[in-house]
Amino acid sequence: MADQLLQQIVNSLLIGSVYALVAIGLTLIWGVMNVLNFAHGDFLMLGMFTAFWCYTLFKMDPLFSIPVCAAVLFLLGVGIYRFIVSKVMKGPGLAQLVVTFGVSIFLANLAVMLWTPDFRLIEKPLLSGTWSLGSVQLSIPKFAASVGSVLVSAAVFFFLKRTRTGKAILAVEMNRDAALLMGINTERINSLSFGIGSALVGIAGAFLSMYYYIHPQVGGLFGLISFCIVALGGFGSIEGAFIAGILIGLVQTLGGYFFDPAYKYALVFLVYLITVWIRPQGLMG
Amino acid sequence: MGVRTFTKRQVSVSAAVLVLLALYPLAVRGSFPMHLMIMVFLFAMLGVSWNIMGGYAGMFSFGQAAFFGIGAYTSSFLLTAYHVNPWIGLLAGGVVAALAAALIGIPCSNLRGHYFAIASIAFAEIVRIHFNNWKLIGAAEGLTIPMQDESLRNFMFHSSKAPYYYIMLGFLILSLGVCSWVTTSRMGFYLRAIKEGHDVAKVLGIDVVRYRMAAIMISAFLTAMAGTFYAQYILYLDPESVLILPISVQIVLVAMLGGAGSVMGPVIGAAILLPISEVTRVKLGFKGSGLDMIIYGTLIMLISVYQPQGVWGFLQKIGRKKR
Repeated sequence: MADQLLQQIVNSLLIGSVYALVAIGLTLIWGVMNVLNFAHGDFLMLGMFTAFWCYTLFKMDPLFSIPVCAAVLFLLGVGIYRFIVSKVMKGPGLAQLVVTFGVSIFLANLAVMLWTPDFRLIEKPLLSGTWSLGSVQLSIPKFAASVGSVLVSAAVFFFLKRTRTGKAILAVEMNRDAALLMGINTERINSLSFGIGSALVGIAGAFLSMYYYIHPQVGGLFGLISFCIVALGGFGSIEGAFIAGILIGLVQTLGGYFFDPAYKYALVFLVYLITVWIRPQGLMG
Repeated sequence: MGVRTFTKRQVSVSAAVLVLLALYPLAVRGSFPMHLMIMVFLFAMLGVSWNIMGGYAGMFSFGQAAFFGIGAYTSSFLLTAYHVNPWIGLLAGGVVAALAAALIGIPCSNLRGHYFAIASIAFAEIVRIHFNNWKLIGAAEGLTIPMQDESLRNFMFHSSKAPYYYIMLGFLILSLGVCSWVTTSRMGFYLRAIKEGHDVAKVLGIDVVRYRMAAIMISAFLTAMAGTFYAQYILYLDPESVLILPISVQIVLVAMLGGAGSVMGPVIGAAILLPISEVTRVKLGFKGSGLDMIIYGTLIMLISVYQPQGVWGFLQKIGRKKR
């Protein structure tokens, strides 16, 4: 019993840290321009497909295609910001919410058209197998994805706190008008944040492609879960998103284990509703 | 805005439109044009119901599918399990949905903007997951409505779609009546005040939570009525056909395209959007290529960028210029 519980906790940390990376990408966009990107999950799907095609066409392992995924998604993010999102930023709030639904439906179905709705898998990734640590089984690709996610999250954290550009992003997040008056090019910061947020989810996609099924609808659930994580962590809070990501991983895995696997995502949503009921601003907001 | 007084012109235009709509079933042949108009009315009603909470009170719900599904499931379950007449099931579905709305309204009563939107999605997803696993109501396999004799009493018609058409038109007019009553009543002014400034409204002594709850519950009741209609019309339902996020998004889109916060807006929105989405689905969707949905997604982006205030506002602007 204790062994199984330990195994479940390990599993939840492994998935929770990847959730955290996905959510940090989302919270950066949300925090800086107050835009909820419903296509975030589909960006993840595109990251996974990028890794898949790098592997299939160029024999490039996901471990080495991480920079490719980051670059592709960065460009996609900047493009979508420039040509679509920035056009509705001054419009009514409802249009800002709806527009990214359009992007999401467009991207998911473009993937269906280009690559069929089939499930795919990277068959022989460089990292595979499991380590046995006592009674706990540790999947090597999952472990690598988790460690990678934590490292990337930490890098983002230091980028925001230590570099000039990072501080400019945080300044815009705090007060857009004041940042503009201080000579920060807020429009540039917007597209940069959208690009970085998308690149992060692209990296998460590369990590996930090492062990997760890849198909056009894979992003939907990840997208919804990352909204809950972001809102749970608090508006635009990187630390909050990280903690909430781990927390949601725990709820999902332990809930599925103790309660009913069919309800594990329902529990995630329930925890979200209860939390915002008690703290409408989220944990760290 | 202000208390609604109808001009002579408005009355005559509405009367003319109603006469045309009443004659429509006599003028068209085949079932697709009838189906199309029924879907337009259905989504117009769903959009009008969304508008009561979204357009006027500023609670952007992306979880209306939950109320729609609860309505459809309540009447269908009562009918299959206890032979309860669907018209009674219709009212029961409305009541259950309103109670569910109250339940979700409590934790969401202070949420704003994006937080409310996410909470509404979370709620609808919980309902969908639960219904997918709930054996009593058929779980993922869903419910088939038992065949009965064709009659208004049984809410079932086999030989023609015309009765469904008139019933749905009646439902739509009813929901327009409710919406128009809400907006011109004291409650309508309170809701708009809450939308414009949550805290200001509170300071002015408006019971924000109470009025927001009332708006959600009225909206849920009407949405559930549409759900029962849908079940009686399609005669089959499962969680993936009534409880999914795309339905909620389509409801928001109908209201936004027409004009959120105007009584007639969603009707215009449905009249534009539904023919496009139904026709592309029928013409392009059969191969499962995704092309119909790509067009739909593009349409959403175009509407958000170029017509975010809705067609209704655009038409009014033109109307004013003419005069």
